[in-house]
Amino acid sequence: MTNEELKSELLQIQPVITVDETGEWLNVNIESKDWPSFAKQLHDKENLFFNYLFCLTCVDWKTHLTMVYHLSSLRFHHNIVVKSKLERNNAEIETVCNLWKTAEFHEREVYEMFGVNFINHPDLRLLILPDGWEGKNPLRKDYEDSINMIKL
Amino acid sequence: MDVKSEIEKQPFPGEVHQTAGGGILTSKLDDVINWARSNSLWPLVFGTSCCAIEMMSTASAKYDFSRFGFEVTRATPRQADLIIIAGTIVNKMAPVLKRLYDQMADPKYVIAMGACAISGGPFFYNTYSVVKGADHVIPVDVYIPGCPPRPEALLHAMITLQQKIKNGLTREQIRSEATKT
Repeated sequence: MTNEELKSELLQIQPVITVDETGEWLNVNIESKDWPSFAKQLHDKENLFFNYLFCLTCVDWKTHLTMVYHLSSLRFHHNIVVKSKLERNNAEIETVCNLWKTAEFHEREVYEMFGVNFINHPDLRLLILPDGWEGKNPLRKDYEDSINMIKL
Repeated sequence: MDVKSEIEKQPFPGEVHQTAGGGILTSKLDDVINWARSNSLWPLVFGTSCCAIEMMSTASAKYDFSRFGFEVTRATPRQADLIIIAGTIVNKMAPVLKRLYDQMADPKYVIAMGACAISGGPFFYNTYSVVKGADHVIPVDVYIPGCPPRPEALLHAMITLQQKIKNGLTREQIRSEATKT
């Protein structure tokens, strides 16, 4: 499907989304509460068939966090980007590892680096960081190194 | 530390007294040992990032550090005399580096190659994972600036290390000097 077709298709499934077409791929913004049902449809619907989550990450904008999901369909070769705004103090979103198994460790990484809590994740613990790092999230903009030698 | 000029005059430590049918060499055993050590320094296979590419280049035919006695890189610390810290040392790598250093037989030497090994380099500010200088973990003999340093710079550092060994006390001597005072 082209971006135009994807856009009309997605707006039919979930009218509350907003789309941004400036990039190469269609960007879809969605409220975090609508994400689980929307994700299921992206994955299951025959004509969309987004069976491959090739990137899951998060961005800290200082005022809020944004979850970013890059999805691809290996059958139709179309891609979309789904973004969801999260509160900084109470960052939580439903897990998608029941749909895309690969999300399991990606979400663990986002959990340790950004402190996003993934609801219903089967094994939400630190991935790379050593034990005892919970609560300090290195990729948040306000993170300060305990042996910080320079202040900018 | 400028040690170059002293050494270049002396290809071999000692004096030859010409006699009929040959000659007699008089020298100090320590100097001869240092001379021998400095000309056979086998580096450990140890590269943690892009500086390692330059180190491999230095080992390859074009620069060829074997010419200076760095013969072969060894994949075991038991057979190595020298660690070239070629790259970033992260917190998780630090214990490994320490262990490798401890496993090496004395005398052992360390070259810190590039900005990361010297100070943490571009990762100096507010990092959660990088050791800010490999000398927080093990002692370093020679530092090479650069990001990454060119093979010529590494060769220069290696030759500087050789001259340092030829000039100076052995590690055992340094240690016994330290315990005396």
